[in-house]
Amino acid sequence: MTPSTGSDGAFRRVARFVSPVDRGFAAIVYGGSFLFALLIVGLFVELVLGSWPSIVAFGPSFIWKSSWDPITSKFGALPMIYGTVVTSFIGIALAGFVGIMAAVFLADFAPRWLAAPLSFLIELLAAVPSVVYGLWGLFVLSPFVRTAIGPLLQKVLGWTPLFSGPIYGVGLLTAGIILALMIVPTVTAISRDVIAAIPRDLREASMALGSTKWEMATRVVLPAAKVGIFGACILALGRALGETIAVTMVIGNRPEISASLFAPSYTLASVIANEFTEATTSIYISALIELGLILFVVSVIVNALARLMIWSVRGST
Amino acid sequence: MRSFVRWLTTAAVAVAMTLPAAAATQLTGAGSSFDYPFFSKAFYIYNEKNPNVTINYQSIGSGGGIQQFTAKNVDFGATDVPMNAEELARAAQPVLQVPVALGGAAIAYNLPGVTQAIKLTRQAIADIYLGKVLKWNDPEIAKLNKGVSLPDTSIIVVHRSDGSGTSYIFTDFLSHVSPEWKSKVGTGKSVQWPAPSSVGAKGNEGVAGQIRSTPGAIGYVELAYVIENHMSAATLQNRAGNWVACSADNVAAAAATKPAVNATNFSIVDALGAKSYPISGYSWVVLYKKPADSSRAKILYDVFAWLVGPQGQSYAKSIDYVPLPVNVQNAASATLRQMQR
Amino acid sequence: MSAPSGNLRRRRAFAWLGTMLALACAAIAAGALLVILGYVVVQGVGAVNWAFLTQLPHPVGIEGGGVGNGILGTIIIIGLATIMAVPLGLLTGIYLALFGRGPIPEALRFLSDVLSGVPSIAIGLFAYAVLVAPLKHFSAFSASFAFMMLMLPLLVRTSEQAIRSVPQTVREGALALGMSNYRATVHIVLPTARPAIITALLLAIARVTGETAPLLFTAFGSQFWEKNPNNPMAVLALQVFTYAISPYPNWQAQAWAGAFLLILAVLVLSLGARWMLRNAMRGLET
Repeated sequence: MTPSTGSDGAFRRVARFVSPVDRGFAAIVYGGSFLFALLIVGLFVELVLGSWPSIVAFGPSFIWKSSWDPITSKFGALPMIYGTVVTSFIGIALAGFVGIMAAVFLADFAPRWLAAPLSFLIELLAAVPSVVYGLWGLFVLSPFVRTAIGPLLQKVLGWTPLFSGPIYGVGLLTAGIILALMIVPTVTAISRDVIAAIPRDLREASMALGSTKWEMATRVVLPAAKVGIFGACILALGRALGETIAVTMVIGNRPEISASLFAPSYTLASVIANEFTEATTSIYISALIELGLILFVVSVIVNALARLMIWSVRGST
Repeated sequence: MRSFVRWLTTAAVAVAMTLPAAAATQLTGAGSSFDYPFFSKAFYIYNEKNPNVTINYQSIGSGGGIQQFTAKNVDFGATDVPMNAEELARAAQPVLQVPVALGGAAIAYNLPGVTQAIKLTRQAIADIYLGKVLKWNDPEIAKLNKGVSLPDTSIIVVHRSDGSGTSYIFTDFLSHVSPEWKSKVGTGKSVQWPAPSSVGAKGNEGVAGQIRSTPGAIGYVELAYVIENHMSAATLQNRAGNWVACSADNVAAAAATKPAVNATNFSIVDALGAKSYPISGYSWVVLYKKPADSSRAKILYDVFAWLVGPQGQSYAKSIDYVPLPVNVQNAASATLRQMQR
Repeated sequence: MSAPSGNLRRRRAFAWLGTMLALACAAIAAGALLVILGYVVVQGVGAVNWAFLTQLPHPVGIEGGGVGNGILGTIIIIGLATIMAVPLGLLTGIYLALFGRGPIPEALRFLSDVLSGVPSIAIGLFAYAVLVAPLKHFSAFSASFAFMMLMLPLLVRTSEQAIRSVPQTVREGALALGMSNYRATVHIVLPTARPAIITALLLAIARVTGETAPLLFTAFGSQFWEKNPNNPMAVLALQVFTYAISPYPNWQAQAWAGAFLLILAVLVLSLGARWMLRNAMRGLET
């Protein structure tokens, strides 16, 4: 039986809500939806209300001041914004490359018996709890970065400021790698769907003109899917920006901006997690809530952008 | 499937019913990680003796303890530095500050391959934390440790990322020994750590964990954590010029130089005395003189009267804390008796 | 046919390299999961025993102890969150399915999308502002509230789609038989949509099982058994976090064991959801 949903996509209102039972039912449905909306609007309102003292006190300079000093009550979010941006950038750079390549493989190259289990494994990465990623990052990846990856990178690229300085194990690079692992399933799954949705004609036309399969996949299909893939990456980026626990465990907790990727740093989410319960002055609490508000606004914008892009290629999700 | 789910739910409910009922009273407290090993043992023992009372203590740092106590989200706070005038004003109600523990902050480090205990003068520690001494084989450290082969690795300075009373005690010590530190950084629960290669960690637990896993790291950690985790701690030169290790006896010697301790005069860092360990400090519990819930007031009083008395303090030694000197115990009990219950 | 020209040879070599690269990337992504899973199993499974599952945490210095209270706390908090999230999500999904077009439903869908992208720490801040600060104590209930908000977007979206995909004829048939809208929806349409909704619920539960950030300032944690949601409560994910950043080898081993339990729970829920979906698909095909 094919679902028939009427021309406007919703149930056609066949009967009206006349009887008292129906009116009561309608009231409950309206009420529930209203409560739902109220919760989300309330979330935004609470964040704004809570950060208001800080917004008033620091104004827009909150975003570009770089001192985070609870003692003198001078708060500037720049180091946290820097840490968030850099770790997320490393995350999406790594996950984007690996994820898109993996999606190409799964959509166009993998035989059926391989594609399904491989996709399944990659999607399962998304199910691993954040705190488990943090635990693994702290005890396995950090020492590995400190003893293997770090020295290697320093030997090859140590002349750049990006890979200079002492290697702690925890820091921007480790956090970026953990984030990459956490968001690669998003990139892969959505990209794979987007690529698979590209019509066969395009593929067959390309092969008919004598391209290799690789050329078809990368020079014909990928460009056709690029908006959707870009959307997938932006969506993944949105997840990376808000990730808290895994990053807190491997970032090094230092509100400072340094050029080296080995250096410890701080992200917007980590500083809230670490300092909220002990924020003693109301301006301190307000500054932390303002960080939460910044996170909220950025995530909403990024998510909306991503969904717009994916929707335009894939059709309504 | 549905019947299985139903069976599972019934089983779960049955199991939940047979669990011991939640204790009649649960007190909540939060704050200092300095005290946490002592509290966790002492409250466990107290619960064994008084099964109707459980004390749920979360180690979130002294700053957190004061904050949650002021917000009245917990019954008591624990902090390594008493609340100052500003914090007391924010509490808006009379607060009792009771010393409950005495301990020392050891300078722990991680130098694989170096088996002898490193010696550091007070000035050397200040220079390391100021960022003036950057490598382990720096002449300033080398000349104190002749015969020890120090590696050419960077010193990774570990500090607290949360508002910490242990940080307060440590920075108080640094301000006493280094005028440069005093003017540049100062004393506080959270300061701006100037050393370039530094890492923040949460709680004494986090600092200890960070040091243990980072070769070349150095940091200040409460003694109990150092002993519990078999970490190496430096031998310090105290004000009298003697080399002292961080130990219960040396901390007790430092405490003995200031017999009368109260919430406004509490610092025992850089104490005089031949055996005094320079980075020692008391830890405090803050309570409302008139707790909002009077039924809990009596229970709160009983718990802490036990804790600061000889019985509670007897557990301090077993967990590498220093029992409060007798006169301090008496002063603590006297302060506690002011509670309206 | 003449032998392939040099250009073709080069393109073919390139293609082979590219394919290998793509394969390697897929293998890295899949392999990473196996590596993480492997570590957790190897490090954790040894410490999981009956004592670990049923005992309270021991204080520092006393060996042993367990996460019994954390497991119980997780079940209670997620249970409460489910009780709150399912009705709210279903009602909103019903509304969206019944009144599909128009500015209000579109606004609701937009809000749902917004909520799905909000970082969990911001939701934790909201729960603190609404349920901890005014009431002046931490509670498991505030954690459930935060979890409810995390579960809602998935439930709303899935209920709407599931209800929409029930054939129109089924609903019309019910209405033709004289049922009120209420009975038609609740007694006929919803049961048909139930497998999809339960699948979504399982996935939503899987998602919040591992959430730790909001717990930091809602549930607060506890070393004791706790059944009262009005009190602070231990939660397994929070215990794993606390133990992981501690320096004690005993606690660190328990962190791995707790992580093992968490992954096990999430895997069982995710696989259960997939299995349900497959069953439901099979049912629809008849």
